Amino acid sequence: MKKFFTRLYVILIFILLYAPIAVLIAFSFNDSRTRAKWGGFTMKWYVQMFQDAEIMAALRNTLVLAFVSALIATVLGLMASLSLNRMKKRKRTIVLGILNIPMLNADIVTGISLMLVFIAFGQFLSQYGYTVVFGFGTVLLGHITFNIPYTVMSIMPRVQGINPSTYEAALDLGATRSQAFRKVVLPDILPGILSGFLLAFTLSLDDFVITHFIKGPGFDTLSTKIYTEVRKGIKPEMYALSTLLFAGVLLMMFGIEKGRNARKKSQQYH
Amino acid sequence: MKKKHNALLSGPYLVWTAAFIVIPLILIVYYGFTDENHHLTLSNIAKITDPVTLKALFLSLLLSAMATVICLILAYPLAMILARMKNGASAIITTVFIIPMWMNSLLRIFAWQTLLERNGVINQVLSFLHLPPQHLINTPAAIALGMIYDYLPFMLLPLYNALTKLDWNVVNAAYDLGANRRQTFFKVIIPLTMPGIVSGITMVFVPALTTFVISDFLGGSKVLLIGNIIDQQFTQVGNWNAGSGLSLVLMIFILISMAVMQHYESDDEGVSSIL
Amino acid sequence: MSNKLIDLQHISKAFDGQLVLDDLNLYIRENEFLTLLGPSGCGKTTTLRILGGFEQPDKGKVIFDGKDITDLAPNKRQLNTVFQKYALFTHMNVADNIAFGLRIRKKSEDYIRDKIKYALKLVNLEGFENRMPDSLSGGQQQRIAIARAIVNEPKVLLLDEPLGALDLKLRKDMQYELIRLKNELGITFIYVTHDQEEALTMSDTIVVMNQGYIQQIGTPEDIYNEPQNAFVADFIGDSNIVGGTMVRDKLVEILGVRFACVDTGFGVNKPVDAVIRPEDLELYALPKGAEKGSPEYDKVSSKAYELNPGYFEGVVTDLIFKGVHYEMDVEANGYTWLVHSTKMFPVGTHVLMNLDPFNIQIMNKPESEDEQAVTLNEM
Repeated sequence: MKKFFTRLYVILIFILLYAPIAVLIAFSFNDSRTRAKWGGFTMKWYVQMFQDAEIMAALRNTLVLAFVSALIATVLGLMASLSLNRMKKRKRTIVLGILNIPMLNADIVTGISLMLVFIAFGQFLSQYGYTVVFGFGTVLLGHITFNIPYTVMSIMPRVQGINPSTYEAALDLGATRSQAFRKVVLPDILPGILSGFLLAFTLSLDDFVITHFIKGPGFDTLSTKIYTEVRKGIKPEMYALSTLLFAGVLLMMFGIEKGRNARKKSQQYH
Repeated sequence: MKKKHNALLSGPYLVWTAAFIVIPLILIVYYGFTDENHHLTLSNIAKITDPVTLKALFLSLLLSAMATVICLILAYPLAMILARMKNGASAIITTVFIIPMWMNSLLRIFAWQTLLERNGVINQVLSFLHLPPQHLINTPAAIALGMIYDYLPFMLLPLYNALTKLDWNVVNAAYDLGANRRQTFFKVIIPLTMPGIVSGITMVFVPALTTFVISDFLGGSKVLLIGNIIDQQFTQVGNWNAGSGLSLVLMIFILISMAVMQHYESDDEGVSSIL
Repeated sequence: MSNKLIDLQHISKAFDGQLVLDDLNLYIRENEFLTLLGPSGCGKTTTLRILGGFEQPDKGKVIFDGKDITDLAPNKRQLNTVFQKYALFTHMNVADNIAFGLRIRKKSEDYIRDKIKYALKLVNLEGFENRMPDSLSGGQQQRIAIARAIVNEPKVLLLDEPLGALDLKLRKDMQYELIRLKNELGITFIYVTHDQEEALTMSDTIVVMNQGYIQQIGTPEDIYNEPQNAFVADFIGDSNIVGGTMVRDKLVEILGVRFACVDTGFGVNKPVDAVIRPEDLELYALPKGAEKGSPEYDKVSSKAYELNPGYFEGVVTDLIFKGVHYEMDVEANGYTWLVHSTKMFPVGTHVLMNLDPFNIQIMNKPESEDEQAVTLNEM
């Protein structure tokens, strides 16, 4: 009896979470512009979506932005983790506290503050004949900023977990400083670097609020595109886009899970 | 030599932090306390007492608090069930509940728009059953529902992590010492998972309090939250001073919840549990 | 000793179709220090958890003081558990941990204060009331876990590998602590461990378990000196277990050599296992190059013959000094014998090896899995 209610509860929440997504998927195949009726099965929204230059541009922007911002944030995060690890505890707490502000602060405040700073920089640079154009550049700077704390959070524990003797042992065995770092330290922190990169990548893909304030007119990511489209009135292409994005998420999760299993297995056999 | 090395390492991100975290925050404070002629003023902060704004703030506080409590009530039993499953099953089924979190949140809210609309799925089902249509969209309840739906995984994950870390022998010890289920739950399980509860609450409450997308999609232009008012100040009215002033008011609430979180923060539950 | 306090009748339990306990029967007397001993997965912890009420048996009954408590919830049982890794409430200080059970029972605060004081004194941790569990060492946490259990005045204390997480020195100290505690409290202790030495030191009765079956029940002396099957012999201390034939009563052939022994009733020419403890083997060094039949050889062999009219001839292949004794490997008749001796025989020494008839323990060879389960009712 208890088991029955437990199951029922799990299933109800499952339905609550997935029913809206299922509805989106169903509508993406509905051959009728109004949602009031089921007009039969069609793939035409998918075709139209791929032919829509704006959606495709937004998709491209989103992917490039996610990749570049995650890459730069990971490099900066790695440098930050390494140097933070050598700082005195007090100084480290303060720097980490500031670094973590974008993670803990509300996105709307981060977005507004970045918008204000880009305008201020623009005013400052205009004295020297330069201008700050809102667009890919500002959005990239913004994404790197909110990604850094997450990469530090992923890499830092690994760096702290390194046994300094292994680095010294490598030097003792004749490695140069850079060889010791590449061959001994880096492999230890690599999992942290990878998960930091992945986390930054997905957060950048997902961000709407911060991008909304710093993108300027004429530049769109998928999130901001969806926002304007939904406010204008629903285009069925959006359903097709949702379905594809959901499939993408599923594939990614499946891939991560599979990679994890493969790693576990290979660990068992060695 | 070593010092120089460290400066090379720490230089770039320290400059970055100053340029894109510290200066922006100083700017908000600056704009919040000045008018368009750069004179010191409190009028931006005082804008919060404007009836429309005040109503939006109260509604934001009310709905986000409601959504947080309901998320907690929904997620805690689920997290307990998941955490007590067999090792293999637990991880997989938990992933199933976390997956929606990775889907674009605008699309998830959009899905609810589709369900709740005047001609939406729910009303069509109602009319199919010959029941009168309901006015669902553009109500505070619709916004609360959207918040719960959007942020439930953010509540579930820290709770799940806290509960899987819980040593169930400690729970058994409480039974063993004579406590019944209710006593064990309130005296042992809840206190020991407090860090997870607190970080779940913050992870739901802060974004819910400051959202403007959920109210845009599910509240139309009829129900405004404080996030909408601030957004309008920046993107439509163009009054950055007023927008900054209101943001400062909003930040007070965020700071309060951050302080509470700091108080309970224990090593690695919370935000870091996203991956 | 006095009468049965706990009676486990025909207990079976499976997890995921895997049988962990199979028709287990066991009773425990009042004031007994009983140890469930066995390798991991033998069912000892499951037995303890069934006693504590954390698992329900699939079949069978748990009788406590004459009453069936099989379906009684853990919080209604008159026994308390000391858990593996202590399971202290980390959000409460020491005093609140100890008071937990008493507050549940709504005892007065005066009573609780006295009880905490008494319990802390009993476990030698006076003045620790306001410390948090995290600030205590493993040994101290262990004592608090015991104090937390005993303030409730249980009739039985269940201890699940309580010393497993402590280091060797501390474990020894705690063993004596536990014996002292049991004597002072005058209650029944049921103790689970995989450490045979712990079991031999502390228990009145040892129950050796393997693969869900009870292998042997007896006093520590019984278990050590007269293991009833190869598993018990192997698990308790080091031993040489070799196949052999019982030629007739009091005569056994091991690896082609006939030895006198004291066992009877196995029949004639029956295959058996012989258990020989390494400290029971006597070694006699042969002078270098002494051929069989030479006078030097005969001098040594006649000495060996005095102990038992049969002996092995072999070579020492390994030698380690163990502090009190030397541990040696001796190759003889195709078997590597483990030998403990206070005398040193260097590697390469040719030796004769013999033993007192009294020290050969003969056991029936198990014919099938089922026979490994020894059902004992003579207790």
